[in-house]
Amino acid sequence: MRIKAEDVEKLALMSRLELTEEEKAAYTESLNASLDYMHSLTKLVTDTVEPAVHVLPMVNVFREDRVEIGLDHKQALANAPEAEAGSFKVPRIV
Amino acid sequence: MSRYEAVIGLEVHVELKTATKLFCGCSTEFGKEPNTQVCPVCLGLPGSTGVLNKRAVELAVKAGLALNCEIGTHTWFDRKNYFYPDLPKGFQISQIFRPIAHNGYLDIEVNGQEKRIHITRAHIEEDPGKLIHTGESITTSFASYVDYNRSGIPLIEIVSEPEIRSGEEAKAYLEKLKSILEYTGVSDVKMEQGSLRCDANISVRPAGTTTFGTKTEIKNMNSFRAVQRAIEYEIDRQIELLEDGGTIIAETRGWDENKGITVSMRSKEDPDYRSFLEHEISDIKLTPEWIEEVRAALPELPDARKERLVKEHGLPAYDAGIITGSLALAEFFDAVYEKYPDAKTISNWIMGELLRLLNARNLELSQAKITPEGLAKLLELIKKGTISNKMGKEVFELMFEEGNDPEQIVKERGMVQISDEEQLAQILTEVIAQNPKSVADFQSGKKQAIGFLVGQVMKATKGQANPGVVNTMLRNMLAEK
Ligand SMILES: [Zn+2]
Repeated sequence: MRIKAEDVEKLALMSRLELTEEEKAAYTESLNASLDYMHSLTKLVTDTVEPAVHVLPMVNVFREDRVEIGLDHKQALANAPEAEAGSFKVPRIV
Repeated sequence: MSRYEAVIGLEVHVELKTATKLFCGCSTEFGKEPNTQVCPVCLGLPGSTGVLNKRAVELAVKAGLALNCEIGTHTWFDRKNYFYPDLPKGFQISQIFRPIAHNGYLDIEVNGQEKRIHITRAHIEEDPGKLIHTGESITTSFASYVDYNRSGIPLIEIVSEPEIRSGEEAKAYLEKLKSILEYTGVSDVKMEQGSLRCDANISVRPAGTTTFGTKTEIKNMNSFRAVQRAIEYEIDRQIELLEDGGTIIAETRGWDENKGITVSMRSKEDPDYRSFLEHEISDIKLTPEWIEEVRAALPELPDARKERLVKEHGLPAYDAGIITGSLALAEFFDAVYEKYPDAKTISNWIMGELLRLLNARNLELSQAKITPEGLAKLLELIKKGTISNKMGKEVFELMFEEGNDPEQIVKERGMVQISDEEQLAQILTEVIAQNPKSVADFQSGKKQAIGFLVGQVMKATKGQANPGVVNTMLRNMLAEK
């Protein structure tokens, strides 16, 4: 599969990135180069291999269901671009 | 109408009953001030990493087993990526590829007909935050407020196979699901607090065909009744549209409770969630032995409890189904039975007075003041003949409202039933003397005339005479005449 300019545009939109025409062309090329490189992996037969969720053998790392003190209200809203009524305020969504 | 068949699948989100969130120690308590139960993890602050709540996994396995699912021995979490302000990380941690439970079922009964609805999967995921829109609705508001108290609360999403065929079946499915989850203690299952939410996927197709029609997804239903109504409306809408030569658009529609209609919210283009493995949370490996331990520890479930009430107590299946449909009601029944072991009488009072008052006042059993001990005492008073059945209903209502002791109520209101024959004999003599016509009617064979005479005695005693005793005495006195 080759990455086309419109694929890059879609990726940019989904990642909320604004790209110039030059950047789009550059990313199309470099993404294709990366894909070509990764493509060599498809030569391996992996049908019977479980997906590796982690590179480290990390299984059943749990915490007990005990309440811990989080951020206080002021700290919680400290980074909010806008806050009102004790809440984060965001612009109209749709 | 029967030319079409509806195909309905339900997606139900249920909040797991944990003290803390799925990946952090923030409290899950309902109704707190906005953004007071948050931390870097559930706010999605850079550099924060959560750790999985063990209790949430246990509850999810319990739910899965109670729903007759297979439990995955190796499962994990994935990221579902999308942008929305209620999702601070830009992705939701869910189980896309390997749900903790799959391939289960539950049985429903509609119009005396049993039906098995299969459950495709049940997976664990985190709840997003809560949005409050300024203005009338999301589309007319100029801004929205975000409360992240709910962000990260553990949920299980239970997805049914598209085997539901009507609004009624959907409601029965939800009621059964709710009672199973309630019995297992997995969730509070309170729709009004958002701990149970339901979306419905609906399509119609010509009866007898097997390909699926274009489906719509219905949201914003706030009660089981609303789910039923919304589905019924949507089925009619789709059929009408097709009959008129139109086509169904794949879209998300919202239920408008006041107008009783579904309204288009947005078209449903297949969203690209770019799901991939969540590498910061460990995967879960469960041994078959541990899963069996959880299965063995499951409490008696609604179907088994219903069966028991029918077999051990001889209750009608219908009554037993209603009583065991709610854990609170079933426990209430058992508690009364312990003090007053007459199952049928208890069932009659629960099915009659208790449910009538709960429905009329729109209350949960926990909000009513009457206690099982109180009801047992009341039934004892009626059995002893201290008060009549009719008076009992009055006392019941007072107990329901105020929780007073029945003996106290009876004493305070002077509601004692007159069963004393000597006391009654005088009144009966007067009534007989004053109603020669009814007496003559009775003696000439019109046996129903006795009803009028009993009524006169009840009137004369302000309803306090024991109607059974009066009836017998009257018959004896009239026979002697
Ligand atoms: Zn938190």
